[in-house]
Amino acid sequence: MAENTRSEKAPDPLIRMEGITKRFPGVLASDSVDFSVQEGEIHALVGENGAGKTTLMKILYGIYSKDTGQIYFEDEPVDIEDPKAANEFGIGMVHQHFMLVPPLSVVDNITLGSEIAHRGILDREEGKKRIQELASDIGFDIDPEARIEELSVGVRQRIEILKVLFREAEVLILDEPTAVLTPQEVESLYEILNNLQEQGKTIIFITHKLNEVMDLADRVTVMRDGKEVGTKEIENTSKKELANMMVGREVLLRVEKKEAELGEELIRTENLTVTNDEGKEIVNDISFSIQEGEVFGIAGVQGNGQTELIEALTGIDEFSSGTVEVQESDLTNADGREIREEGIGHIPEDRLDRGMITDFTVTENFVLGYHTFERYSNRLFLKLREMDAHAEEAVEEFDIKTPSIKTLAESLSGGNQQKLIVARELSQQPKLLVAAQPTRGIDVGAIEFVHERLMEERARGKGLLLVSSELDEIISLSDRIAVIYEGEFTGIFDADETSKEELGVYMTGSKRQDEEKVRRKALNQVSLRE
Amino acid sequence: MDWILEIFAVSTLLATIRMALPISLAALGGLFSESTGVINIALEGIILMGAFAGTIVTNATGSPLLGLLMAIAAGLGMALIHAIASVTFKANHIISGVALNLFATGATFFLALVITGGSQISVENSLPKFLGLSPVIYVTVAIFFLSGFFLYRTRLGLRLRATGEHMAAVDSVGISVTKMRYIGVLISGALAGLGGGYLAIEQANFFTKGMSAGRGYIGLASMIFGKWTPWGAAGAASLFGFSQALQFRISIPFVPDEFLQMLPYLITIAVLVGAVGRATPPAEDGNHFIKEG
Repeated sequence: MAENTRSEKAPDPLIRMEGITKRFPGVLASDSVDFSVQEGEIHALVGENGAGKTTLMKILYGIYSKDTGQIYFEDEPVDIEDPKAANEFGIGMVHQHFMLVPPLSVVDNITLGSEIAHRGILDREEGKKRIQELASDIGFDIDPEARIEELSVGVRQRIEILKVLFREAEVLILDEPTAVLTPQEVESLYEILNNLQEQGKTIIFITHKLNEVMDLADRVTVMRDGKEVGTKEIENTSKKELANMMVGREVLLRVEKKEAELGEELIRTENLTVTNDEGKEIVNDISFSIQEGEVFGIAGVQGNGQTELIEALTGIDEFSSGTVEVQESDLTNADGREIREEGIGHIPEDRLDRGMITDFTVTENFVLGYHTFERYSNRLFLKLREMDAHAEEAVEEFDIKTPSIKTLAESLSGGNQQKLIVARELSQQPKLLVAAQPTRGIDVGAIEFVHERLMEERARGKGLLLVSSELDEIISLSDRIAVIYEGEFTGIFDADETSKEELGVYMTGSKRQDEEKVRRKALNQVSLRE
Repeated sequence: MDWILEIFAVSTLLATIRMALPISLAALGGLFSESTGVINIALEGIILMGAFAGTIVTNATGSPLLGLLMAIAAGLGMALIHAIASVTFKANHIISGVALNLFATGATFFLALVITGGSQISVENSLPKFLGLSPVIYVTVAIFFLSGFFLYRTRLGLRLRATGEHMAAVDSVGISVTKMRYIGVLISGALAGLGGGYLAIEQANFFTKGMSAGRGYIGLASMIFGKWTPWGAAGAASLFGFSQALQFRISIPFVPDEFLQMLPYLITIAVLVGAVGRATPPAEDGNHFIKEG
């Protein structure tokens, strides 16, 4: 533990976990981990997916039992057998997947299990009063009678926090609290957490986003492969250092991009329009072309037509007008199979909904969509041996962490599920790859890997249509960037000559380039500088 | 045109109430079970068991009250088996229910043969009527009022309903999912058992094989049509009761009686086709709880 520069013995920690080991079938999830928290601090617990952060916290909260090790609370050895015991020590947890009952009201959800009742009959009025007090203490308003299913994700999270506070928790564990939030919601979560800290609460939050650690935490503990790698004071560390500790080697926070070597035109789309059920144009008269060896990025705030454009292009949805030509063949409104046969791969935006069937095995997911291709099937039967052999190779090549190719996709971590999808699409050697949010929700190491692979494809002369809400990603991977706003391109930029700030202005529609110029630039008819 | 008048007659109303009673108890039973996420298709067999057990005990003791209590006990026994199979041993809820229904059909027929040598047993006593109706009917109305209060206003009711919607959330606040589910299933068994006891002792005054005749299933249909609420279930059960009442009371010119007898079942299908799409069952219906770690 050379990297372990634990601060000079500060005051005695509130909670100390020593030598915590937890083994799941086939995995050592926590390998004699030491972890301690000071009273009143905000402590970040970071690491890649599968590093053991959540396991460690679930042990502290009594959901998992530890195999060996000891937990000390205020220097006393304690046993935390179940969440109820954790509550008695004032420990509460906000789970990543909310533990809220959607059809029930806020007050019923918050009080569930600790109801205010007289002889078994609920006193909801008293509950509502207490909840409103708690909410205003940390700076927000809440309608205790609203049903959970009517509320946004951000509000639901606040209710989870209230649920913990209602049980008089002094230590709050938050498991990836920002993973599901919009940037504005993240801001108000920060405020809430700061307010809680001012009230003297202790906060442990799990994350893999290093920006959050730097913004919010007092101290940070890094985990990797079930081990604790080190604990740092925020003043004495940097994103770069933390990233290296997480991954265990030097991480490139920027992508290496070679000079583009453009070839012939791969795809040409003109006047694409998608209308929704109410007849409103979600994608409005968009044209673009992509050449071999080129990455065409589409930047925009979520919900400006990106999803609809991609889904119509890949055969999930339909264009109401416009044409799609891929090297002379007309692929307008072709179905998913025709599109794949033409050599267009698709990394979908929502990997669970569109990208895989989680109840299927790694192998089955690996051939999904290509199972009708000659290499995997003859007319009647699947070629199971070939499928397995190819899946095995891909698992190796793409470093997909799975016990076997027969494992169900649902038991893979998010990053490995995404690698599996990327592996499937790239193994077919598509000439054009449509990649939507290819690194959403995956950790630093996997992001770096996916970026490298996409850049390799570009170097091989493949075309890439990239949609991402991460501006850093768009700028570092793309050659040309189109900004989409309310279903229209508002500007086309050279990735080397634009900035996040410039794209941001166009993303909100407050500025736009001349319509005809945008069209000609998108179709590669004029240079981007004009 | 007499049959039109018959529809609105007081006697038809009373018949509707009598017919609706076992269905409504089954519906309420289904509601309690499904409010904890356990599908209880065994209601059909529980009614049959209740009817049989109630008949035997009434005849043996001469007390219809003891008979009804025995019907409830039989319902509890059947429900306990269902809970052990589907909650503790995580069997498929439907399979366990179907098995119990087959068991009830076979066991009651066999025991009836052994005890009396026939498949029909007449019941010798029933409770004295109050205002022309069986006291069980008044008790059932009270049960409905209490159930509404219990489910929506008490601590245990809230916990039961939360279990049917999100088991992990219930577990995460230290409530035993298994216990909640046992409570829900057992209440459903007691209610459907009472419905069966009423059917044989108070309504038909005899037991015969297969006498539940789909009332458990129609009860489930009522529960769905009533959108998993006690009063919705009662209303839907009344509709089915009405259609059953009519089949015996009217004959429409040129319409064969057999068609009228099909009416309750046709209405069941029509109602489910129309209603299922819109009503949302408890989210955990049919799921098993598997605890982490």
